[in-house]
Amino acid sequence: MDTFLQQLINGIVLGSIYSLVALGYTLVYGIMGLINFAHGDIVMVGAMVTLTVARLLADSGLPGPVILGIGVLTAIPACMAVGYLVERIAYRPLRNAPRLAPLITAIGVSILLQNLAMMIWGREYLSFPQIFPAQTMAVGGASISTIQFLIIVSSAIMMAGLSRLIRKTRLGNAMRATAQNPEIATLMGVHVNTIISITFVLGSALAAVAGMMVSAYYGIAHYDMGFILGLKAFTAAVLGGIGNIEGAMLGGLLLGIIESMGAGYLGTLTGGVMGSNYQDAFAFFVLILVLVFRPSGLLGERVGERP
Amino acid sequence: MKKTLKFAAYAAILAILPFATGLAFGKTWVRILDFALLYVMLALGLNIVVGFAGLLDLGYVAFFAVGAYCYALLASPHFGLHLPFWIILPIGAFAAGIFGMLLGAPTLRLRGDYLAIVTLGFGEIIRIFLNNLDTPYNITGGPQGIDLIDPIRLGSFSLNQPTSHTVYSYYFLFLLFALATAFVSMRLQHSRIGRAWAAIREDEIAAEAMGINTRNIKLLAFAMGASFGGLSGGLFAGFEGFVSPESFTLTESIMILSMVVLGGMGHIRGVIFGAILLSILPEALRYVGPLEQSLFGRIVVDPSSLRMLLFGLSLILVMLLRPAGLWPSPARKRELLAHGETAKHENANIYDAGR
Repeated sequence: MDTFLQQLINGIVLGSIYSLVALGYTLVYGIMGLINFAHGDIVMVGAMVTLTVARLLADSGLPGPVILGIGVLTAIPACMAVGYLVERIAYRPLRNAPRLAPLITAIGVSILLQNLAMMIWGREYLSFPQIFPAQTMAVGGASISTIQFLIIVSSAIMMAGLSRLIRKTRLGNAMRATAQNPEIATLMGVHVNTIISITFVLGSALAAVAGMMVSAYYGIAHYDMGFILGLKAFTAAVLGGIGNIEGAMLGGLLLGIIESMGAGYLGTLTGGVMGSNYQDAFAFFVLILVLVFRPSGLLGERVGERP
Repeated sequence: MKKTLKFAAYAAILAILPFATGLAFGKTWVRILDFALLYVMLALGLNIVVGFAGLLDLGYVAFFAVGAYCYALLASPHFGLHLPFWIILPIGAFAAGIFGMLLGAPTLRLRGDYLAIVTLGFGEIIRIFLNNLDTPYNITGGPQGIDLIDPIRLGSFSLNQPTSHTVYSYYFLFLLFALATAFVSMRLQHSRIGRAWAAIREDEIAAEAMGINTRNIKLLAFAMGASFGGLSGGLFAGFEGFVSPESFTLTESIMILSMVVLGGMGHIRGVIFGAILLSILPEALRYVGPLEQSLFGRIVVDPSSLRMLLFGLSLILVMLLRPAGLWPSPARKRELLAHGETAKHENANIYDAGR
């Protein structure tokens, strides 16, 4: 029972991070039908900027959460700027191009960002300064650390906020209208190009926060960390039904829990044949299984082929 | 007569090319040529799935891996088997084809990007298994992979003997296979099956209404594309003499996809051009280090990251300037031009109204 609860908590923490990144994928996909392959690398930029700020302030005597707050407030505008530029330069000119053309530019942007980061921060693994006391709380036989607690709470708040933004505000209305039909949205007075830019910037801000969480949680950052993280988050978005906001949240949480359960139980379930080194394979296997039975993801609507 | 002359000229160029390259740039570059030919085969195989049938596959390298490991297991001291290559290559291609069907069967109902992520997941699953199947029984050799793989032998003639000729002998072997692959692709494209693929790509429902068995035709696309990949995998294993999961990462799949799209999806000459260009470009960019040295007298930025940076930049620039690929098929170009004009016209009316 203790292992179960502990793996559940770890899974929720991991899942919260996946959800935040997956939201970035799903927002962009919902509006433009584009897989933004470079999104994971924007998370990396967020992690790197936070880490740099945290290193500068580590000896200043400020309390941990304040340092982290300053770090993330630096990372958010940085990532927003990167996201805006990427959309403007690499995706906007290809709005009417064949479907796979923006996919290739996205891959190009991803390679570009990784290597720029390597030039700036070097190719070594950078460690996050120890600004949090290694304090844990006991929750019914399992333990939860301060940073884990912070991650769960702050991502819950952000997701609730985003949900509200999409459902209740004028901006959210415009975003949903653009997602449904950009041309009609234009006729209704929506500035489609502005909305698309805002979507990218919003996704990048979430990515910055996720980057802060990843680097603080694992205590490490690296120029190609965004690749695998982006892959997982994209998987999560598809699992939930890509283009669907709630789907991304659910998919992220589920994927996180599946992974940590896989890590915890795969060994005992298969009699030691498959250990935790199969946890990624297990996650993808579950994804394929879900898509076989629900081809549009868990919460995705059945839609015809995009025109 | 003119045709024969043209053919003879091409044959002469292709025959002289490795020796000229070897003399001018050294053997490393002949080796790069060998790999370029291998990539031509892979890109043509993926082109069947992506270009002809319009199914986005992000895990293509898995089939390459299946072919390579088939060769490695059946012709190395690992299991003590030493079968000749002309038996293993068909086995590898067949095994890869089976895997292609395995991937295709559950994903038939999926569309576009859902399919992409499943193929991606499939590729990762294969790689993870290759990486971990050294316990409890050592099948794949785990992360260390399998080495001491037999070279490709024709009778008593080994392509690795004498070692100074290896890259040249493999060049001609790979050239033969690449040409055969191109020929088969070309014939496939204009066959009944090829037309069925095109119909599915353009409009699946209409294709079904025309009496095309979309399920079988899609599975066939997966199996065909996969067996091309398996074949190149076998050749790769024989050439390298060593396989490990390192060679079969997602990055490799993405690279092959970039070759197909950048060259001109669905257009065989374009795809071949894309494959050659993208396998040579990163190697050519290795010279940025020395270039920097001679320009500034010292290394200003890390040459290896500058190299990949330029590579990423060129991917973006090419796609921005030529969204249909560098060398699209004439029909597609016409289509796109017409479509682009209308789209531009509509945009001028709708998106930019009053701005």
